[in-house]
Amino acid sequence: MIFKDHHIISMTSFSKDMIDHILETAEKMEPIALGKQKSDLLSGKVLAVLFFEPSTRTRMSFETAMYRLGGDVLNLGSVDASSIAKGETLADTIRVVDSYADAIVLRHPREGAAFLASEFSTVPILNAGDGAGHHPTQTLLDLYTIKRQSHLDGLKIALAGDLKYGRTVHSLCYALSLYGAQITMISPPELRMPEEIINDLENRGAKVTEVESIEEAIGDVDVLYMTRIQKERFPDPAEYQKVANRLKITTDLLKDAKQELRIMHPLPRVNEIHPDVDDTVHACYFKQAFYGVPVRMALVALVLGAIE
Amino acid sequence: MGEEKELRVRRIKNGTVIDHITAGQALNVIKILGLPDASEGVVSILLNSPGEHGKKDVVKIENRELKVTEVDRIALIAPNATINIIRNFNVSQKKKVHIPEFMEGVIRCINPNCISNSNEPITSKFNVTVDDDRPKLRCTYCGRVISENIAKHLL
Repeated sequence: MIFKDHHIISMTSFSKDMIDHILETAEKMEPIALGKQKSDLLSGKVLAVLFFEPSTRTRMSFETAMYRLGGDVLNLGSVDASSIAKGETLADTIRVVDSYADAIVLRHPREGAAFLASEFSTVPILNAGDGAGHHPTQTLLDLYTIKRQSHLDGLKIALAGDLKYGRTVHSLCYALSLYGAQITMISPPELRMPEEIINDLENRGAKVTEVESIEEAIGDVDVLYMTRIQKERFPDPAEYQKVANRLKITTDLLKDAKQELRIMHPLPRVNEIHPDVDDTVHACYFKQAFYGVPVRMALVALVLGAIE
Repeated sequence: MGEEKELRVRRIKNGTVIDHITAGQALNVIKILGLPDASEGVVSILLNSPGEHGKKDVVKIENRELKVTEVDRIALIAPNATINIIRNFNVSQKKKVHIPEFMEGVIRCINPNCISNSNEPITSKFNVTVDDDRPKLRCTYCGRVISENIAKHLL
């Protein structure tokens, strides 16, 4: 499978075979990501990291992915101090940076920014989030977490929280539909998954059910994927509090869960997962954050043609 | 009576007549075609003209033969329009418009946060599909779909 010079813009361009290949490659990268093995696979290569919006784990995991493979990172630094503050267009920034680097990681506040960058760049673009649009490397690391900590085939997964606006859950659901997953949506009525997406998922082979509380689903699922509910979605703070309290995981709630249940969260969490849950066998959100490293190592190595 | 109808807007000797435009859309057709800048000839516009199937608009452009690719862009707002190429007062070619699969630089994306609505050196781009006879435009950049009131979003 040839990934060399491919842009990684959105999950919609990935087939199941392509996803499987990335996840298998990531698995081979894991010992290097853990520091147990050394690698100079990307020695002499430069990755430019352009973040027009703050991010901690996505930026750091791309950087560490590159360092672990012996490559170098060129960071844009603060947007305030750069030419962007002087009004340079993204197109111009990309045309300049692509002559300094072998690949570009981009996070930008506007939807479609990564696609625009791919139109102007002579090197591969890796989309690390474009506004409310796509964030394919997050989806791939979520899939990798499910594969490593549970199983992708025959998966029963529940997604809880803000399913209306959360781009990560939309993109994850589309990818899971390729594996014929049974998906249970848990959300308050005001944050339900858009009908159009549910119809799409069913047409693509996923089985979807909707419930309003975690209790209704917890006994049956292999993976519970929690997301943060944002306060600003609710005009009334009391209403937010009510909803937030209802969608909270506690050790008490986990009594009915299967031993194999794994709880995921893209982080940062606020209070939707009680800290006591961290010590249970079910918690795998910190592991999930780590998995971002081997997945991004795999992606960078693939698009740079260092491996096939 | 026939003569009076014809005299409302006179016949043209050479050029293009766009007939059967959805009533009320002629000015938008003009806008999409970039007229009058795109042609030095006389452009006549007929609004709410009585036709066999109710009211319609007609646009006549003198001394300019429009190309099919140029005219297909108006199919989004006037799907039943026909193009008549006129040579020496006779219709030398007659064609229906077809909704193009790809559209560039005609419509503005409805997502205010789309990168195509910023100061980048690009034009808007849409992939066009037809659903129940109605065009559906998906922004190539952000993926947002426009399926209603398309004329409102002309650039």
